[in-house]
Amino acid sequence: MVTLTAPEATARALDGPTVVDLAGAPVRDLNQALHQAADGQSWTITNPGGKHSLAVGINSDVSVTIEGHAGYYAAGMHQKGTVKITGNAGVGLAENIMSGTVHVEGDASQSAAATGHGGLVVIDGNAGARCGISMKGVDIVVGGNIGHMSAFMAQAGRLVVCGDAGDALGDSIYEARIYVKGSVASLGADCIEKPLKAEHLAELADLLAAAGRTDNPADFKRYGSARNLYHFHVDNSTAY
Amino acid sequence: MCGIAALQLRNPSLHPRMGSLLSSMLCQIVDRGPDSAGLAVYNTPGLVSPGTSTLSLVGKDQGITTADITSGVAALLPSDAQAAAQVVGDTTLVSAAVGTDLLVKAVSETLPGSTIIGRGEHVAVMKSVGHPMEIAAGHGLEAMAGSQGLSHTRMATESAVTAGGSHPFSVADDLCLVHNGSFSNHATVRRNLKREGVVFDSENDTEVGARYVASRLQLGDTLEEALVNLGKVLDGFYTLVVTTADSMAVVRDPIACKPAIIAETDDYVAMASEYRALAALPGIDNARIFEPEPGKVYTWSL
Repeated sequence: MVTLTAPEATARALDGPTVVDLAGAPVRDLNQALHQAADGQSWTITNPGGKHSLAVGINSDVSVTIEGHAGYYAAGMHQKGTVKITGNAGVGLAENIMSGTVHVEGDASQSAAATGHGGLVVIDGNAGARCGISMKGVDIVVGGNIGHMSAFMAQAGRLVVCGDAGDALGDSIYEARIYVKGSVASLGADCIEKPLKAEHLAELADLLAAAGRTDNPADFKRYGSARNLYHFHVDNSTAY
Repeated sequence: MCGIAALQLRNPSLHPRMGSLLSSMLCQIVDRGPDSAGLAVYNTPGLVSPGTSTLSLVGKDQGITTADITSGVAALLPSDAQAAAQVVGDTTLVSAAVGTDLLVKAVSETLPGSTIIGRGEHVAVMKSVGHPMEIAAGHGLEAMAGSQGLSHTRMATESAVTAGGSHPFSVADDLCLVHNGSFSNHATVRRNLKREGVVFDSENDTEVGARYVASRLQLGDTLEEALVNLGKVLDGFYTLVVTTADSMAVVRDPIACKPAIIAETDDYVAMASEYRALAALPGIDNARIFEPEPGKVYTWSL
Protein backbone atom coordinates (compact mmCIF):
# COMPACT_ATOMS: atom_id res chain seq x y z
CA MET A 1 0.00 0.00 0.00
CA VAL A 2 1.31 3.40 -0.98
CA THR A 3 1.64 6.01 1.74
CA LEU A 4 0.47 9.37 0.47
CA THR A 5 1.41 12.61 2.08
CA ALA A 6 0.01 16.11 1.99
CA PRO A 7 0.90 18.14 -1.10
CA GLU A 8 4.23 19.93 -1.23
CA ALA A 9 2.56 23.30 -1.33
CA THR A 10 1.03 22.56 2.04
CA ALA A 11 2.15 24.64 4.99
CA ARG A 12 1.02 23.89 8.50
CA ALA A 13 0.94 26.87 10.78
CA LEU A 14 1.53 26.19 14.45
CA ASP A 15 -1.83 25.07 15.84
CA GLY A 16 -3.47 26.84 12.90
CA PRO A 17 -5.14 25.44 9.80
CA THR A 18 -3.27 23.58 7.11
CA VAL A 19 -3.06 25.93 4.13
CA VAL A 20 -3.16 24.55 0.59
CA ASP A 21 -2.46 27.05 -2.17
CA LEU A 22 -4.08 25.77 -5.36
CA ALA A 23 -2.03 28.20 -7.42
CA GLY A 24 0.62 25.50 -7.07
CA ALA A 25 -0.88 22.33 -5.66
CA PRO A 26 -2.93 19.98 -7.85
CA VAL A 27 -6.58 19.41 -6.86
CA ARG A 28 -6.01 15.66 -6.84
CA ASP A 29 -3.33 16.02 -4.16
CA LEU A 30 -5.59 18.28 -2.11
CA ASN A 31 -8.45 15.80 -2.19
CA GLN A 32 -6.13 12.91 -1.38
CA ALA A 33 -4.79 14.80 1.64
CA LEU A 34 -8.30 15.67 2.79
CA HIS A 35 -9.33 12.01 2.56
CA GLN A 36 -6.47 11.18 4.94
CA ALA A 37 -7.12 14.05 7.33
CA ALA A 38 -7.80 13.30 11.01
CA ASP A 39 -10.90 14.43 12.86
CA GLY A 40 -10.67 17.94 14.26
CA GLN A 41 -8.23 19.31 11.67
CA SER A 42 -8.73 22.66 9.97
CA TRP A 43 -7.82 23.29 6.35
CA THR A 44 -7.73 26.50 4.36
CA ILE A 45 -7.63 26.40 0.57
CA THR A 46 -6.41 29.52 -1.21
CA ASN A 47 -6.53 30.49 -4.89
CA PRO A 48 -9.25 28.00 -5.84
CA GLY A 49 -9.69 29.86 -9.16
CA GLY A 50 -12.97 28.13 -9.97
CA LYS A 51 -11.31 24.71 -10.18
CA HIS A 52 -13.60 21.69 -10.30
CA SER A 53 -14.18 18.94 -7.71
CA LEU A 54 -12.65 20.76 -4.74
CA ALA A 55 -12.94 19.06 -1.34
CA VAL A 56 -15.01 16.14 -2.60
CA GLY A 57 -15.70 12.98 -0.63
CA ILE A 58 -14.56 14.26 2.77
CA ASN A 59 -15.04 11.46 5.28
CA SER A 60 -13.65 12.85 8.53
CA ASP A 61 -14.77 15.56 10.89
CA VAL A 62 -12.62 18.35 9.46
CA SER A 63 -13.27 22.04 8.89
CA VAL A 64 -12.36 23.21 5.38
CA THR A 65 -12.50 26.81 4.19
CA ILE A 66 -12.18 27.54 0.47
CA GLU A 67 -11.19 31.19 0.12
CA GLY A 68 -12.67 32.28 -3.21
CA HIS A 69 -14.80 30.79 -5.97
CA ALA A 70 -15.13 27.05 -6.51
CA GLY A 71 -15.95 25.34 -9.81
CA TYR A 72 -18.17 22.34 -10.54
CA TYR A 73 -19.04 19.66 -7.96
CA ALA A 74 -17.44 21.35 -4.95
CA ALA A 75 -17.83 19.33 -1.74
CA GLY A 76 -19.58 16.55 -3.64
CA MET A 77 -20.41 13.33 -1.79
CA HIS A 78 -19.72 15.15 1.47
CA GLN A 79 -19.82 12.77 4.43
CA LYS A 80 -18.52 14.55 7.51
CA GLY A 81 -17.24 17.88 8.76
CA THR A 82 -17.78 21.34 7.34
CA VAL A 83 -16.84 22.93 4.03
CA LYS A 84 -17.17 26.69 3.74
CA ILE A 85 -16.74 28.50 0.41
CA THR A 86 -16.28 32.24 0.79
CA GLY A 87 -17.11 32.95 -2.87
CA ASN A 88 -19.46 31.34 -5.40
CA ALA A 89 -19.83 27.67 -6.25
CA GLY A 90 -20.34 26.18 -9.71
CA VAL A 91 -22.65 23.48 -11.00
CA GLY A 92 -23.47 20.56 -8.68
CA LEU A 93 -22.43 21.99 -5.29
CA ALA A 94 -22.52 19.29 -2.58
CA GLU A 95 -23.96 16.81 -5.02
CA ASN A 96 -25.11 13.67 -3.21
CA ILE A 97 -24.13 15.05 0.21
CA MET A 98 -24.71 12.39 2.89
CA SER A 99 -24.20 14.36 6.11
CA GLY A 100 -22.12 17.23 7.50
CA THR A 101 -22.39 20.85 6.45
CA VAL A 102 -21.54 22.78 3.28
CA HIS A 103 -21.81 26.57 3.40
CA VAL A 104 -21.44 28.91 0.42
CA GLU A 105 -21.24 32.61 1.22
CA GLY A 106 -21.86 33.67 -2.40
CA ASP A 107 -24.11 32.18 -5.08
CA ALA A 108 -24.39 28.58 -6.22
CA SER A 109 -24.97 27.52 -9.82
CA GLN A 110 -27.51 24.95 -10.96
CA SER A 111 -28.20 21.56 -9.33
CA ALA A 112 -26.99 22.55 -5.86
CA ALA A 113 -27.31 19.68 -3.37
CA ALA A 114 -28.75 17.44 -6.09
CA THR A 115 -29.73 13.97 -4.79
CA GLY A 116 -28.46 14.88 -1.31
CA HIS A 117 -29.26 12.22 1.27
CA GLY A 118 -28.58 14.19 4.45
CA GLY A 119 -26.61 16.99 6.04
CA LEU A 120 -27.08 20.72 5.63
CA VAL A 121 -26.29 22.92 2.63
CA VAL A 122 -26.42 26.67 3.26
CA ILE A 123 -26.19 29.14 0.37
CA ASP A 124 -26.16 32.75 1.55
CA GLY A 125 -26.70 34.14 -1.97
CA ASN A 126 -28.84 32.81 -4.80
CA ALA A 127 -29.00 29.29 -6.20
CA GLY A 128 -29.55 28.56 -9.90
CA ALA A 129 -31.95 26.17 -11.57
CA ARG A 130 -32.68 22.68 -10.26
CA CYS A 131 -31.64 23.40 -6.67
CA GLY A 132 -32.31 20.28 -4.60
CA ILE A 133 -33.31 18.20 -7.61
CA SER A 134 -34.12 14.67 -6.45
CA MET A 135 -33.13 15.54 -2.86
CA LYS A 136 -33.41 12.49 -0.63
CA GLY A 137 -33.05 13.87 2.88
CA VAL A 138 -30.69 16.84 2.73
CA ASP A 139 -31.67 20.16 4.29
CA ILE A 140 -31.02 23.22 2.09
CA VAL A 141 -31.26 26.84 3.22
CA VAL A 142 -30.90 29.50 0.51
CA GLY A 143 -30.62 33.14 1.59
CA GLY A 144 -31.59 34.52 -1.81
CA ASN A 145 -33.59 33.20 -4.76
CA ILE A 146 -33.64 29.80 -6.44
CA GLY A 147 -34.04 29.05 -10.15
CA HIS A 148 -36.58 27.02 -12.07
CA MET A 149 -37.31 23.31 -11.59
CA SER A 150 -35.97 23.33 -8.05
CA ALA A 151 -36.85 20.38 -5.81
CA PHE A 152 -37.89 18.39 -8.89
CA MET A 153 -38.88 14.89 -7.70
CA ALA A 154 -37.71 15.83 -4.22
CA GLN A 155 -38.19 12.77 -2.03
CA ALA A 156 -37.20 13.82 1.50
CA GLY A 157 -35.54 16.65 3.37
CA ARG A 158 -36.33 20.35 3.67
CA LEU A 159 -35.67 23.21 1.24
CA VAL A 160 -35.85 26.71 2.74
CA VAL A 161 -35.79 29.72 0.42
CA CYS A 162 -35.58 33.20 1.96
CA GLY A 163 -36.03 34.91 -1.43
CA ASP A 164 -38.15 33.93 -4.43
CA ALA A 165 -38.51 30.61 -6.25
CA GLY A 166 -38.50 30.20 -10.05
CA ASP A 167 -40.91 28.29 -12.26
CA ALA A 168 -42.14 24.74 -11.64
CA LEU A 169 -41.11 24.54 -8.00
CA GLY A 170 -41.42 21.03 -6.58
CA ASP A 171 -42.55 19.35 -9.79
CA SER A 172 -43.49 15.69 -9.08
CA ILE A 173 -42.45 16.13 -5.47
CA TYR A 174 -42.66 13.25 -2.99
CA GLU A 175 -42.31 13.93 0.74
CA ALA A 176 -39.76 16.76 0.89
CA ARG A 177 -41.02 19.96 2.52
CA ILE A 178 -40.40 23.35 0.92
CA TYR A 179 -40.55 26.71 2.70
CA VAL A 180 -40.46 29.92 0.64
CA LYS A 181 -40.49 33.43 2.09
CA GLY A 182 -40.85 35.32 -1.18
CA SER A 183 -42.85 34.66 -4.31
CA VAL A 184 -43.10 31.43 -6.28
CA ALA A 185 -43.14 31.96 -10.07
CA SER A 186 -45.16 28.76 -10.50
CA LEU A 187 -45.63 25.41 -8.83
CA GLY A 188 -44.79 22.20 -10.65
CA ALA A 189 -47.11 19.24 -11.15
CA ASP A 190 -48.57 17.88 -7.91
CA CYS A 191 -46.93 20.57 -5.73
CA ILE A 192 -49.32 22.66 -3.63
CA GLU A 193 -49.23 25.19 -0.83
CA LYS A 194 -49.91 23.59 2.54
CA PRO A 195 -50.76 24.98 5.97
CA LEU A 196 -47.90 26.18 8.12
CA LYS A 197 -48.58 24.46 11.45
CA ALA A 198 -46.75 24.75 14.75
CA GLU A 199 -44.55 21.74 13.99
CA HIS A 200 -43.50 23.37 10.70
CA LEU A 201 -42.77 26.70 12.35
CA ALA A 202 -40.61 24.84 14.85
CA GLU A 203 -38.59 22.91 12.25
CA LEU A 204 -38.24 26.03 10.10
CA ALA A 205 -36.94 28.00 13.10
CA ASP A 206 -34.37 25.25 13.70
CA LEU A 207 -33.27 25.24 10.07
CA LEU A 208 -32.95 29.03 9.92
CA ALA A 209 -30.97 29.03 13.16
CA ALA A 210 -28.71 26.26 11.87
CA ALA A 211 -28.03 28.42 8.80
CA GLY A 212 -27.28 31.44 10.99
CA ARG A 213 -30.28 33.37 9.74
CA THR A 214 -32.67 35.70 11.56
CA ASP A 215 -35.70 35.46 9.23
CA ASN A 216 -39.06 35.09 10.94
CA PRO A 217 -40.51 31.59 10.28
CA ALA A 218 -44.04 33.04 10.24
CA ASP A 219 -43.18 34.96 7.05
CA PHE A 220 -42.79 31.75 5.06
CA LYS A 221 -45.26 29.61 3.16
CA ARG A 222 -45.03 25.84 3.03
CA TYR A 223 -45.28 23.76 -0.14
CA GLY A 224 -45.41 20.02 -0.56
CA SER A 225 -46.93 17.13 -2.44
CA ALA A 226 -50.64 16.90 -3.19
CA ARG A 227 -49.95 13.15 -3.43
CA ASN A 228 -52.09 12.84 -6.54
CA LEU A 229 -49.28 11.32 -8.61
CA TYR A 230 -48.65 8.57 -6.05
CA HIS A 231 -51.33 6.16 -7.14
CA PHE A 232 -52.55 4.89 -10.42
CA HIS A 233 -55.89 6.38 -11.42
CA VAL A 234 -58.20 3.98 -13.16
CA ASP A 235 -59.35 6.90 -15.32
CA ASN A 236 -55.93 6.76 -16.95
CA SER A 237 -56.10 3.08 -17.84
CA THR A 238 -56.74 3.84 -21.50
CA ALA A 239 -53.81 6.22 -21.67
CA TYR A 240 -51.27 3.43 -22.11
CA MET B 1 -20.04 20.28 -24.37
CA CYS B 2 -18.20 23.15 -26.11
CA GLY B 3 -16.61 26.11 -24.37
CA ILE B 4 -17.09 29.81 -24.86
CA ALA B 5 -14.99 32.76 -23.75
CA ALA B 6 -15.82 36.30 -24.82
CA LEU B 7 -14.46 39.67 -23.82
CA GLN B 8 -15.62 43.22 -24.52
CA LEU B 9 -13.13 45.85 -23.39
CA ARG B 10 -14.74 49.07 -22.21
CA ASN B 11 -11.48 50.67 -21.14
CA PRO B 12 -9.34 51.46 -24.21
CA SER B 13 -6.19 51.19 -22.12
CA LEU B 14 -6.86 47.43 -22.00
CA HIS B 15 -7.05 47.12 -25.81
CA PRO B 16 -3.36 46.19 -26.16
CA ARG B 17 -3.98 43.26 -23.78
CA MET B 18 -7.08 41.90 -25.55
CA GLY B 19 -5.28 38.90 -27.06
CA SER B 20 -3.41 37.90 -23.93
CA LEU B 21 -6.56 38.18 -21.79
CA LEU B 22 -8.63 36.18 -24.27
CA SER B 23 -5.86 33.61 -24.51
CA SER B 24 -5.85 33.15 -20.72
CA MET B 25 -9.63 32.64 -20.82
CA LEU B 26 -9.46 30.21 -23.75
CA CYS B 27 -6.87 28.12 -21.91
CA GLN B 28 -9.47 27.27 -19.23
CA ILE B 29 -12.19 26.10 -21.62
CA VAL B 30 -10.06 23.74 -23.70
CA ASP B 31 -11.37 20.73 -21.74
CA ARG B 32 -14.88 21.56 -22.92
CA GLY B 33 -14.07 21.22 -26.59
CA PRO B 34 -10.65 19.98 -27.62
CA ASP B 35 -11.36 19.02 -31.24
CA SER B 36 -11.36 22.40 -32.97
CA ALA B 37 -11.61 26.06 -32.14
CA GLY B 38 -12.24 29.49 -33.51
CA LEU B 39 -11.51 33.11 -32.68
CA ALA B 40 -13.03 36.41 -33.66
CA VAL B 41 -11.13 39.60 -32.85
CA TYR B 42 -12.39 43.11 -33.38
CA ASN B 43 -10.40 46.20 -34.38
CA THR B 44 -7.09 44.37 -34.24
CA PRO B 45 -4.34 46.47 -35.85
CA GLY B 46 -2.56 44.56 -38.58
CA LEU B 47 -5.60 42.38 -39.30
CA VAL B 48 -8.28 44.95 -40.08
CA SER B 49 -8.24 48.69 -40.66
CA PRO B 50 -10.93 51.38 -40.73
CA GLY B 51 -12.43 52.15 -44.13
CA THR B 52 -11.36 48.76 -45.43
CA SER B 53 -13.32 45.53 -45.76
CA THR B 54 -11.59 42.36 -44.66
CA LEU B 55 -12.57 38.79 -45.51
CA SER B 56 -11.31 35.84 -43.48
CA LEU B 57 -10.82 32.59 -45.41
CA VAL B 58 -10.34 29.09 -44.00
CA GLY B 59 -6.82 27.77 -44.49
CA LYS B 60 -3.40 29.27 -45.09
CA ASP B 61 -2.99 27.56 -48.45
CA GLN B 62 -5.44 28.83 -51.04
CA GLY B 63 -3.60 27.15 -53.93
CA ILE B 64 -1.94 30.39 -55.11
CA THR B 65 0.44 32.81 -53.42
CA THR B 66 -0.80 35.82 -51.48
CA ALA B 67 0.77 38.02 -54.17
CA ASP B 68 -1.33 36.24 -56.79
CA ILE B 69 -4.44 36.58 -54.59
CA THR B 70 -3.73 40.31 -54.24
CA SER B 71 -3.25 40.87 -57.96
CA GLY B 72 -6.19 38.62 -58.87
CA VAL B 73 -8.53 40.49 -56.53
CA ALA B 74 -7.11 43.92 -57.46
CA ALA B 75 -7.79 43.25 -61.14
CA LEU B 76 -11.49 42.82 -60.34
CA LEU B 77 -11.79 45.94 -58.18
CA PRO B 78 -11.50 49.71 -58.84
CA SER B 79 -7.91 50.86 -59.21
CA ASP B 80 -7.87 52.69 -55.86
CA ALA B 81 -9.13 49.70 -53.86
CA GLN B 82 -5.71 48.87 -52.37
CA ALA B 83 -6.30 45.12 -52.28
CA ALA B 84 -4.07 43.13 -49.95
CA ALA B 85 -3.79 39.52 -48.82
CA GLN B 86 -1.92 37.98 -45.91
CA VAL B 87 -1.72 34.68 -44.10
CA VAL B 88 -2.22 34.65 -40.33
CA GLY B 89 -1.79 31.22 -38.78
CA ASP B 90 -4.15 28.90 -40.62
CA THR B 91 -6.25 31.77 -41.99
CA THR B 92 -5.98 33.90 -45.11
CA LEU B 93 -7.12 37.52 -44.82
CA VAL B 94 -8.01 39.52 -47.91
CA SER B 95 -8.80 43.21 -47.63
CA ALA B 96 -9.64 46.13 -49.88
CA ALA B 97 -11.15 49.60 -49.60
CA VAL B 98 -14.47 48.52 -51.10
CA GLY B 99 -17.78 47.25 -49.71
CA THR B 100 -17.78 43.66 -48.45
CA ASP B 101 -20.19 42.48 -51.16
CA LEU B 102 -17.84 43.62 -53.90
CA LEU B 103 -14.86 42.06 -52.14
CA VAL B 104 -16.73 38.76 -51.66
CA LYS B 105 -17.43 38.70 -55.40
CA ALA B 106 -13.81 39.39 -56.29
CA VAL B 107 -12.48 36.79 -53.83
CA SER B 108 -14.99 34.16 -54.97
CA GLU B 109 -13.88 34.67 -58.58
CA THR B 110 -10.18 34.64 -57.72
CA LEU B 111 -10.44 31.72 -55.28
CA PRO B 112 -13.50 29.71 -56.34
CA GLY B 113 -12.85 26.90 -53.80
CA SER B 114 -12.37 29.16 -50.80
CA THR B 115 -14.61 29.31 -47.72
CA ILE B 116 -15.24 32.77 -46.30
CA ILE B 117 -15.58 32.57 -42.49
CA GLY B 118 -15.54 36.24 -41.60
CA ARG B 119 -16.35 39.55 -43.20
CA GLY B 120 -16.59 43.18 -42.27
CA GLU B 121 -14.67 46.33 -41.50
CA HIS B 122 -13.85 45.45 -37.89
CA VAL B 123 -13.63 41.69 -37.44
CA ALA B 124 -11.13 38.99 -38.31
CA VAL B 125 -12.21 35.37 -37.84
CA MET B 126 -9.78 32.50 -37.47
CA LYS B 127 -10.63 28.85 -37.04
CA SER B 128 -9.03 25.50 -37.43
CA VAL B 129 -9.03 21.87 -36.34
CA GLY B 130 -6.82 20.73 -33.47
CA HIS B 131 -5.91 21.75 -29.94
CA PRO B 132 -7.40 25.18 -29.23
CA MET B 133 -4.25 26.57 -27.61
CA GLU B 134 -2.16 25.49 -30.60
CA ILE B 135 -4.65 27.16 -32.91
CA ALA B 136 -4.53 30.35 -30.80
CA ALA B 137 -0.72 30.28 -30.69
CA GLY B 138 -0.50 29.58 -34.42
CA HIS B 139 -2.55 32.70 -35.10
CA GLY B 140 -0.56 34.78 -32.60
CA LEU B 141 -3.57 35.59 -30.41
CA GLU B 142 -1.41 36.43 -27.39
CA ALA B 143 0.02 39.54 -29.08
CA MET B 144 -3.21 40.81 -30.63
CA ALA B 145 -4.75 44.10 -29.56
CA GLY B 146 -8.43 44.82 -30.04
CA SER B 147 -11.73 46.04 -28.63
CA GLN B 148 -13.57 42.70 -28.44
CA GLY B 149 -12.67 39.05 -28.69
CA LEU B 150 -14.70 35.87 -28.95
CA SER B 151 -13.43 32.33 -28.72
CA HIS B 152 -14.97 28.90 -28.91
CA THR B 153 -13.72 25.38 -28.30
CA ARG B 154 -15.80 22.76 -29.98
CA MET B 155 -16.92 19.28 -29.02
CA ALA B 156 -18.70 18.41 -32.24
CA THR B 157 -22.12 16.79 -32.07
CA GLU B 158 -24.24 17.96 -35.00
CA SER B 159 -21.75 18.01 -37.87
CA ALA B 160 -18.21 16.95 -38.76
CA VAL B 161 -15.02 18.18 -37.09
CA THR B 162 -13.84 20.60 -39.76
CA ALA B 163 -12.55 24.16 -39.71
CA GLY B 164 -15.74 25.21 -41.51
CA GLY B 165 -17.86 23.56 -38.82
CA SER B 166 -16.04 25.34 -35.99
CA HIS B 167 -17.39 28.47 -34.43
CA PRO B 168 -17.70 31.46 -34.62
CA PHE B 169 -20.08 31.68 -37.53
CA SER B 170 -19.76 35.05 -39.16
CA VAL B 171 -22.33 35.42 -41.91
CA ALA B 172 -22.94 39.16 -42.09
CA ASP B 173 -20.67 42.17 -41.74
CA ASP B 174 -18.94 42.18 -38.34
CA LEU B 175 -21.49 39.70 -36.95
CA CYS B 176 -20.24 36.60 -35.13
CA LEU B 177 -22.11 33.90 -33.25
CA VAL B 178 -20.87 31.05 -31.07
CA HIS B 179 -22.96 28.31 -29.54
CA ASN B 180 -22.72 25.80 -26.72
CA GLY B 181 -25.48 23.26 -27.20
CA SER B 182 -27.42 21.95 -30.16
CA PHE B 183 -30.43 23.08 -32.16
CA SER B 184 -32.88 20.23 -32.71
CA ASN B 185 -34.94 21.77 -35.53
CA HIS B 186 -32.10 23.26 -37.55
CA ALA B 187 -32.97 21.30 -40.68
CA THR B 188 -36.47 22.79 -40.76
CA VAL B 189 -35.24 26.32 -40.13
CA ARG B 190 -32.49 25.86 -42.74
CA ARG B 191 -35.07 24.77 -45.34
CA ASN B 192 -37.20 27.83 -44.58
CA LEU B 193 -34.24 30.18 -44.83
CA LYS B 194 -33.09 28.55 -48.08
CA ARG B 195 -36.54 29.16 -49.47
CA GLU B 196 -36.03 32.84 -48.67
CA GLY B 197 -32.80 32.79 -50.65
CA VAL B 198 -30.28 32.39 -47.84
CA VAL B 199 -27.18 30.44 -48.90
CA PHE B 200 -25.43 28.07 -46.44
CA ASP B 201 -21.78 27.04 -46.23
CA SER B 202 -22.10 23.96 -44.01
CA GLU B 203 -24.46 21.37 -42.53
CA ASN B 204 -23.79 22.80 -39.08
CA ASP B 205 -26.72 23.59 -36.78
CA THR B 206 -25.09 26.74 -35.41
CA GLU B 207 -24.72 28.21 -38.88
CA VAL B 208 -28.52 28.09 -39.06
CA GLY B 209 -28.69 30.16 -35.87
CA ALA B 210 -26.19 32.66 -37.27
CA ARG B 211 -28.01 32.91 -40.62
CA TYR B 212 -31.30 33.34 -38.78
CA VAL B 213 -29.92 36.19 -36.64
CA ALA B 214 -28.42 37.82 -39.75
CA SER B 215 -31.73 37.56 -41.59
CA ARG B 216 -33.59 39.14 -38.66
CA LEU B 217 -31.06 41.98 -38.41
CA GLN B 218 -31.50 42.57 -42.13
CA LEU B 219 -35.24 42.83 -41.56
CA GLY B 220 -34.62 45.61 -39.07
CA ASP B 221 -34.51 43.78 -35.72
CA THR B 222 -32.16 45.05 -33.07
CA LEU B 223 -29.69 42.46 -31.81
CA GLU B 224 -31.88 41.91 -28.76
CA GLU B 225 -35.04 41.48 -30.86
CA ALA B 226 -33.25 39.08 -33.21
CA LEU B 227 -32.27 36.87 -30.28
CA VAL B 228 -35.76 36.97 -28.78
CA ASN B 229 -37.08 35.86 -32.18
CA LEU B 230 -34.44 33.14 -32.36
CA GLY B 231 -35.85 31.75 -29.11
CA LYS B 232 -39.27 31.49 -30.72
CA VAL B 233 -38.08 29.76 -33.91
CA LEU B 234 -35.10 27.59 -32.96
CA ASP B 235 -35.60 24.71 -30.56
CA GLY B 236 -32.85 23.07 -28.56
CA PHE B 237 -30.20 23.71 -25.96
CA TYR B 238 -28.11 26.78 -26.26
CA THR B 239 -25.95 29.35 -24.67
CA LEU B 240 -25.16 31.84 -27.43
CA VAL B 241 -22.78 34.76 -27.61
CA VAL B 242 -23.26 37.15 -30.50
CA THR B 243 -20.90 40.02 -31.28
CA THR B 244 -21.21 42.93 -33.69
CA ALA B 245 -18.83 45.79 -34.49
CA ASP B 246 -19.62 47.48 -31.19
CA SER B 247 -21.81 45.18 -29.11
CA MET B 248 -22.00 41.80 -27.46
CA ALA B 249 -25.06 39.73 -26.51
CA VAL B 250 -25.56 36.61 -24.40
CA VAL B 251 -28.66 34.43 -24.28
CA ARG B 252 -29.44 31.01 -22.79
CA ASP B 253 -32.40 28.86 -23.72
CA PRO B 254 -35.28 28.83 -21.20
CA ILE B 255 -34.24 25.47 -19.72
CA ALA B 256 -30.67 26.74 -19.28
CA CYS B 257 -28.81 23.44 -19.15
CA LYS B 258 -25.79 24.99 -20.83
CA PRO B 259 -23.66 27.04 -18.50
CA ALA B 260 -22.73 30.71 -18.70
CA ILE B 261 -21.18 33.12 -16.27
CA ILE B 262 -20.58 36.82 -16.70
CA ALA B 263 -18.17 39.20 -15.00
CA GLU B 264 -18.71 42.90 -15.40
CA THR B 265 -16.45 45.76 -14.30
CA ASP B 266 -16.03 49.36 -15.43
CA ASP B 267 -13.21 48.08 -17.65
CA TYR B 268 -14.79 45.08 -19.36
CA VAL B 269 -17.61 42.59 -19.77
CA ALA B 270 -16.43 39.00 -19.89
CA MET B 271 -18.50 35.90 -20.50
CA ALA B 272 -17.38 32.31 -20.24
CA SER B 273 -18.77 28.81 -19.90
CA GLU B 274 -17.15 28.47 -16.51
CA TYR B 275 -15.82 30.80 -13.84
CA ARG B 276 -12.29 29.40 -14.06
CA ALA B 277 -11.95 31.11 -17.45
CA LEU B 278 -12.61 34.45 -15.74
CA ALA B 279 -10.42 33.85 -12.70
CA ALA B 280 -7.28 35.45 -14.16
CA LEU B 281 -8.91 38.65 -15.45
CA PRO B 282 -7.73 41.93 -13.91
CA GLY B 283 -9.90 43.19 -11.07
CA ILE B 284 -11.99 40.00 -11.03
CA ASP B 285 -12.23 40.10 -7.23
CA ASN B 286 -14.29 43.28 -7.47
CA ALA B 287 -16.28 42.33 -10.58
CA ARG B 288 -20.04 41.81 -10.56
CA ILE B 289 -20.29 38.10 -11.25
CA PHE B 290 -23.58 36.48 -12.20
CA GLU B 291 -25.11 33.73 -14.26
CA PRO B 292 -27.44 34.97 -17.00
CA GLU B 293 -31.10 34.18 -16.35
CA PRO B 294 -32.74 31.54 -18.55
CA GLY B 295 -34.33 32.92 -21.72
CA LYS B 296 -33.20 36.50 -21.07
CA VAL B 297 -31.20 38.43 -23.66
CA TYR B 298 -28.29 40.47 -22.30
CA THR B 299 -26.58 43.08 -24.48
CA TRP B 300 -23.67 45.42 -23.92
CA SER B 301 -22.51 48.13 -26.31
CA LEU B 302 -19.18 49.90 -26.56
